[in-house]
Amino acid sequence: MAEERRSKLSNTLLPTESMKAIAESIGVSQMQEETCQVLSEEVSYRIKEILQDSLKFMHHGKRRKLMTSDIDYALKLKNVEPLYGFHAQEFIPFRFASGGGRELYFYEEKEVDLSDIINTPLPRVPLDVSMKAHWLSIEGVQPAIPENPPPAPKEQQKAESTEPLKAVKPGQEEEGQLQGKDKKKLLEGSAMKLKPRSTHELSVEQQLYYKEITEACVGSCEAKRAEALQSIATDPGLYQMLPRFSTFISEGVRVNVVQNNLALLIYLMRMVKALMDNPTLYLEKYLHELIPAVVTCIVSRQLCLRPDVDNHWALRDFAARLMAQSCKTFSTTTNNIQSRITKTFTKSWLDEKTQWTTRYGCIAGLAELGHDVIKTLIIPRLQVEGSRIKAVNEGPIIGNIDKIGADHVQSLLLKHCAPVIAKVRCPPDNQEQYRVEYGYLGPMLCTHVVKARAQAAMQAQQVNRTTLTITQPRPTLTLSQGAQSSRTPSIIKVPSSITLPMQTLVSARPSTPTQPSPPPTKFIVMSSSTGSTTTQQVITLSSAQSSVTSTSPVTSTVPSLQPLVKLEGGHTQGAGPLSGGGGASRTMQKYIVVSLPPAGDNKTLTPSLESNSATSVKLERDDSPATGNQSPQPSH
Amino acid sequence: ASKKMAAVQDGSIKPEPENEIKIETANEVPGNPGDASGGVPPTAPVATEKPAAAATDSTERQTLLAVLQFLRKSKLFESEEILRREAGLLNETGDSQGAGAGGAGLGGGGGADPESGDASSLLSRVAGAVAVAESPNATPAPAKVTGGEDQPDVNVVLAAYSQQGDPVLYPVYYSGLKRFIDSVLDCHRAELSQVFYPLFVHMYLELVYNQYEKEAKAFFDKFHGDQECYYKDDLRILSGLTKKEHMKGNETLLDFRTSKFVLRISRDSYQLLKRHLQERQNNQIWNIIQEHLYIDIFDGMPRSKGQIDSMSGSLAGEAKREANKAKVFYGLLKEPEIEVPLDDEDEEAENEEGKPKKKKPKKDSTGSKSKKQDPNAPQQSRIPLPELKDSDKLDKIMNMKEATKRVRLGPESLPSICFYTFLNAYQGLTAVDFTDDSSLVAGGFADSTVRVWSVTPKKLRGVKTAGDLSLIDKDSDDVLERIMDEKTASESKNLYGHSGPVYGISFSPDRNYLLSCSEDATVRLWSLQTFTCLVGYKGHNYPVWDTQFSPYGYYFISGGHDRVARLWATDHYQPLRMFSGHLADVTCTRFHPNSNYVATGSADRTIRLWDVLNGNCVRIFTGHKGPIHCLAFSPNGKFLASGATDGRVLLWDIGHGLMIGELKGHTDTVYALKFSRDGEILASGSMDNTVRLWDAVKAFDDIETDDFTAATGHITLPENSQELLLGSYMTKSTPVIHLHFTRRNLLLGAGAYNP
Repeated sequence: MAEERRSKLSNTLLPTESMKAIAESIGVSQMQEETCQVLSEEVSYRIKEILQDSLKFMHHGKRRKLMTSDIDYALKLKNVEPLYGFHAQEFIPFRFASGGGRELYFYEEKEVDLSDIINTPLPRVPLDVSMKAHWLSIEGVQPAIPENPPPAPKEQQKAESTEPLKAVKPGQEEEGQLQGKDKKKLLEGSAMKLKPRSTHELSVEQQLYYKEITEACVGSCEAKRAEALQSIATDPGLYQMLPRFSTFISEGVRVNVVQNNLALLIYLMRMVKALMDNPTLYLEKYLHELIPAVVTCIVSRQLCLRPDVDNHWALRDFAARLMAQSCKTFSTTTNNIQSRITKTFTKSWLDEKTQWTTRYGCIAGLAELGHDVIKTLIIPRLQVEGSRIKAVNEGPIIGNIDKIGADHVQSLLLKHCAPVIAKVRCPPDNQEQYRVEYGYLGPMLCTHVVKARAQAAMQAQQVNRTTLTITQPRPTLTLSQGAQSSRTPSIIKVPSSITLPMQTLVSARPSTPTQPSPPPTKFIVMSSSTGSTTTQQVITLSSAQSSVTSTSPVTSTVPSLQPLVKLEGGHTQGAGPLSGGGGASRTMQKYIVVSLPPAGDNKTLTPSLESNSATSVKLERDDSPATGNQSPQPSH
Repeated sequence: ASKKMAAVQDGSIKPEPENEIKIETANEVPGNPGDASGGVPPTAPVATEKPAAAATDSTERQTLLAVLQFLRKSKLFESEEILRREAGLLNETGDSQGAGAGGAGLGGGGGADPESGDASSLLSRVAGAVAVAESPNATPAPAKVTGGEDQPDVNVVLAAYSQQGDPVLYPVYYSGLKRFIDSVLDCHRAELSQVFYPLFVHMYLELVYNQYEKEAKAFFDKFHGDQECYYKDDLRILSGLTKKEHMKGNETLLDFRTSKFVLRISRDSYQLLKRHLQERQNNQIWNIIQEHLYIDIFDGMPRSKGQIDSMSGSLAGEAKREANKAKVFYGLLKEPEIEVPLDDEDEEAENEEGKPKKKKPKKDSTGSKSKKQDPNAPQQSRIPLPELKDSDKLDKIMNMKEATKRVRLGPESLPSICFYTFLNAYQGLTAVDFTDDSSLVAGGFADSTVRVWSVTPKKLRGVKTAGDLSLIDKDSDDVLERIMDEKTASESKNLYGHSGPVYGISFSPDRNYLLSCSEDATVRLWSLQTFTCLVGYKGHNYPVWDTQFSPYGYYFISGGHDRVARLWATDHYQPLRMFSGHLADVTCTRFHPNSNYVATGSADRTIRLWDVLNGNCVRIFTGHKGPIHCLAFSPNGKFLASGATDGRVLLWDIGHGLMIGELKGHTDTVYALKFSRDGEILASGSMDNTVRLWDAVKAFDDIETDDFTAATGHITLPENSQELLLGSYMTKSTPVIHLHFTRRNLLLGAGAYNP
C-alpha cells in the first residue's frame, strides 16, 4: 500500500493578484503585498471549508455533480447569506479566449434588458416527474429490453475483441481494477482467470425477433424493410444476435452472388450498413465474415442476371462506401484492414484480364478510401486506363456489355479524379496539357476539373453568404427552469456533435445584406476537441450548408450581428482556400467564428480575392464532399 | 442556532479531567484484568475502579447542582423541582448505578463519548419527564457551569498544545520514531505503525498552534505521504489549515482534540514502544501519546496489517473493546398470536389448493415457540409499544398469507428485480421509500416536495371534507370506504411543506403516515388519509439527513448535521431521547427489528448502536473509510450491514460486536441495502448504477466466531468477497438509491434516470 499513498496533497492558494483585483473592483486600491498574502490564505481556507460542507449536500442529494445550490446550503450552515442569482442548471458558461499568448477563462455577463425577458414567451413547462417500472432482472437474468443497458457495452465489446485476455464479466470488472490498484495482490497472482465463455443462446423472444427482422430485411415489403433496418440500426440489445446476423449476411451473399440476385444483395448490404450504424455494436469480431461479403459485392464479375440493363453499379458504389467506412472504423496497425484491402483491389485492377465490372468495383473501392489513395494509386494509372477505354470505344465492337462497362469506368474515374486534380494542379487548365499528362481521358478530365473549380468557387460564395450565428443562451431567471433544453428546438436541427462547447448554438442562415451595420464585434470561440469527432463536425457542417435554403426562415436571436465563419484547418494546405474540395487532412482543431461588420462583406466575398488577411472570410473544406450523398458534384 | 452545536461538543469536552485519571490507571496498572475487561460485571470493577467511580460521582453531583442553579436562575422552578426529585433518587442509587448501568460501557470505558451519552440520557430523562421546552435550554447549562472549573472553551482545548519543544526538532523526533518502527520485528511493525497518523496530526497541529507556519508546512509536506490512504480526506482538511486562527471553529480539529484517538496495540508491541521512547528520552512524543491517544492494550498475538486495516479508518481510531461489551438483546420480539379467522382460511384453501391450511397452523405454533425461547430477545415490555389495532391485525394476517407464497431465495434461485425509474427528475430525487406491502412509493425531491405514488391499481384518495363526512352513515359496514372522496382519486399526490431538499422519507408500518426530513431542519409527519402535514418536529437546528419509523410505529428516529440522533414519538413534539456521541454528522438512522435499539451511521466513519431504553451507546463499529450512507438489519436482528462512500459493504455481528464480512465490488457510494425477507440474500444498490446480490447465508456462515476472536475482536476477513457476489445488474445510467423486498421476496429498486 505504501506505493499508493504517494498522492500529493498540497495546500493550494488563490493567487495574490486575484485578491488585488477583487479589492480594486470594490474600490480598495493600493493593497500591500503582505495584506494580499494574508487575505488569500484566509480566503482559500474558508472556500475549502465551505466546499467540504457542500460536498455533504451533494452526497445526500445522491448526485455526483456538485451544484451551486449545494454551496448555498453550505453557506447557510455557516450562517452566511447565500449568493443570489446563480442558478445555472447545468454549468456556469465559462468562456475561453486566447490572444497575445495569454489564455483566459471568463464568465460573460451581459446586460439584460428586462423588457426583452418579459416579452419573450415563457419556456415550455418542464415535464413532470413520472415513474416507470421495468424488469431489471428476472430470476437472476437481465432481460435485453431497451430499459436495460445493452448486455455488453460497446467499450467492453471493443475490449473483448482487441484485448481478449482482459475480458471480464460485467460484474467482475471492478475486481480487476481493485487488483490493479493493490499491487501486493497482483504480485501474489490470483489464479489465472479463463476468459468466460460468451454464451450466445437466444431467448425465445430474441429468436422471434431475429426471424422477423431477417425476413423483413429480405422480404418484398419496402415499408417493413425500412422498419427492420431502423431497428437494427438503433436497437441496443442486438449484441447477442450479432454472430447470427453476420452469418446470415455472409451466407446470403454467397448464395445470391451465384444466383445473381441483385435485389437481395442490395438488401443484405443495407443490413450491413444498419449494423455498422448501430452505436451499441462493435463489429470487429465479425469482420472476417462481413468484409468478404462486402468485397464480393464490390468486385464480383457478375451481380445480376442482365448486366446490360440492371444497375449493379449502384450496388458496387454502395458496398465500396461501406468498405471505406469499415476501414475507417476498424483498421488498426494490428489487423491492417485498409492496406490489405487496398492491396486486393490494386492487384485485381492491375490484372489485364480483369473484366470491366470487376475493374469498376476495384476503382470504386479504392476511390472511396480517400484522396490520398486516389492521388497515389489511381491518378498515375489514368493513362493506362484511358487507353483501355479508348480501345473499347474506338476499336471493333466486341459487345454491348464491354461498352457499358468502359463507360461506367470512365465516368467513375472522372468523378473521383477531377476534384483531386483540381486541388493538386494549378488553375490554367489546358486541354492539350491534360491530354499529354493523362492520355485519352485528359480532355474530358480537363472539362471536369474546370467544372469542379467553378463548383467550388460557387460553393465558397454560397458559404460566405451563409453565416454562423452565435446565439447566447438567454439569461434565465429562476422561473425558467429547464429553459435551455426546451429552447434547442427553436434552433435549426444540428447534430449534437456540431454544437460548439460553451453553450453556443449554431444556426445557419443567409445574411440579409440590407441590415444596418452593427458595431464591429469579434467572437473567438474555440473548440479543442480533436481527431475523428471533429472531422464529423466538418462533414455535417457542410451538409447543413447545402440545406441552407430550407432552414433559412429560422433566424437567430442576435440579428444585429453578422458573424462570418472561418473554419481553420489543422493543416495548412497548398491549395488555395477557394478551390473547393480536395486535400485529405482530417484533423480539425479549431473553429474560429469571427463576427464582422457586413459593410465589407460584399467585397471580401468575391472569389477573386484570395488574400489571407484577417478580414477575409473563408471556409477551408477539409473533407471530400464526395463521401456524402449530398455532395454537390456534377452528375455523371 | 450554534448554541446547540456548542453544547454537543462541550458535552464531550467536559469529562476531560477524569479521563486523565483513568488513562493513568490504564497505563500504570496495565496488568489489571478488571480494567482490561471493562466494567460489565457489577461486582468486579467496583474495587478496581473506586477512584474513577468516585470521581465520576463527584463531577456528576457538581454538574447536577450547576443545572439546578441554572434552572433557578432562569426561573424554571417547576423543572428544577422535578430535576431535584429525580436527582435525589439518582443520588441514592448513584453508586450502584455507577457500577451497574453506568458500568455498562460508560464509567468503565471512561471515554469521552460514552460520558456524553450518559449526560444526554440524563437530560433526555429530564426531557421525557417534563416534556416541555426546558430540555434544549438545559442542554447547554451543564457545560456552561462546569465551565467555571474547566472552561470548555476552544481556546482552552487548544491550549494543551502550548507546551512544546523546539519546532526544528519535530521532524527529527518523527523520523526517529519512524526509523525505530521500521527496525522492529515485522509482527510488531504493523501495530506500531498505527501510531504514525495520530502522532503526525497532533505534531502538525502543535506546530500550527504555536505559529511555526513554515515548520508546520515543511513537516506536513515531508510526512503526509506516509499516512494510510484512507485518511486522505482528513489530511486534505489538515493541509488547508495553516494558521492558528483557522483552528477556532474547525470541527474536524476539535474532534481530534477532544476525543482521544483510540489505538489497539498488543502488550508486547506497547512495551517495545514505551521502552524505546523512555530510552531515547523522547518526551515530546511520549507526551502526545499520553495526552491525546488512548492505547487499548490487549494480551496476545499482535495483529496483522490486514486485521488492523480492516478495523481502522474512523475519525477517532478504533472502538475501545469496552465499548462493545454491553449485552445487546438482539433477538426478535414475540409476535402477538393472531387468530387467523377460520372462514377466511377456508376460503383461501378453497381458492388455492387446500394445502396451505395444514401448513399455517404449524408454522404459527413453531414460530411463536422458538421466539419464546430466544434468550437474546428483550423483554416484551422493555420498550412500551403501541397496541395492535384491528387494521394492524388484518395486515399481519395478510403478511402471513403472503409469506406462504414467498419465494425461497438462495444462490440457485435469485430474486427477480423490478426497477422503478423516476423520469424527468432533473437530478432532484433525494430519497425513496416503499411501504412494507409495496403498495405505495414515496419520493423526496431536492425541490422540497414529497410525492406519493400508488403502484397498485388502487388509486390514492383523500378523506371527504368535514361537511361531507357528517352526512355519511357511520354504522354501515363499509364506512371506511365511504369516507373516501372519489373525486380526489389519482395515481400520485404531492405534499408541499418543506423549504429545503428532502433527504429522508419513511412510511409508517400501518401506511397511515409518512415522515420526511429536510434541509430545513424539520421532520414532518404527513397523513396519508388527508394528504396534509400533521406535525413539524423541530429540534434539529441543522439539516436532518435521515429519519425512519420504528417497525412497530409510534416512535421514530432522526439524525442530522448537528451530530445528534433524536428519538421521537409521534405524539410528542419534543424528542424522547437524544443520542449524542458521533463526532460528525449522523448520516443514516435505522431501527432494530425489535425496536429496542437504534443504529446510526455517521460521517465520522463509525456506526453506533444505541439502546432506546436508556440512551446508552452499546456498540461502536469502526472499519469504514468514508461516511456511512446506509444501514440494514438482518431480519433475525443478529446482523447489521452498512454501506459507505468508499463503495464497500461491511457486515457486523451485533451480539459479539464484531466485523464479520466485507463485500467489495461497488465502485461508488452504496446508498441502498436490504436483506431479503428470510435473510438469505443481501441486495446492495449504489451510485455506480448497479444492483448487486450477495449470498448472506454464506457470508455469515463462513465466519467461525470462536471464543478467541469473540474475546479479542481480531477477525481475519476472507480475502475474496467475489464468491459471495451472486449477481450484478447494471441499470441504464440510473443510480440505485433504494431497495425493497416485497413480502414475496421480489426485489424492488428505485432511482432517478440521470442521462
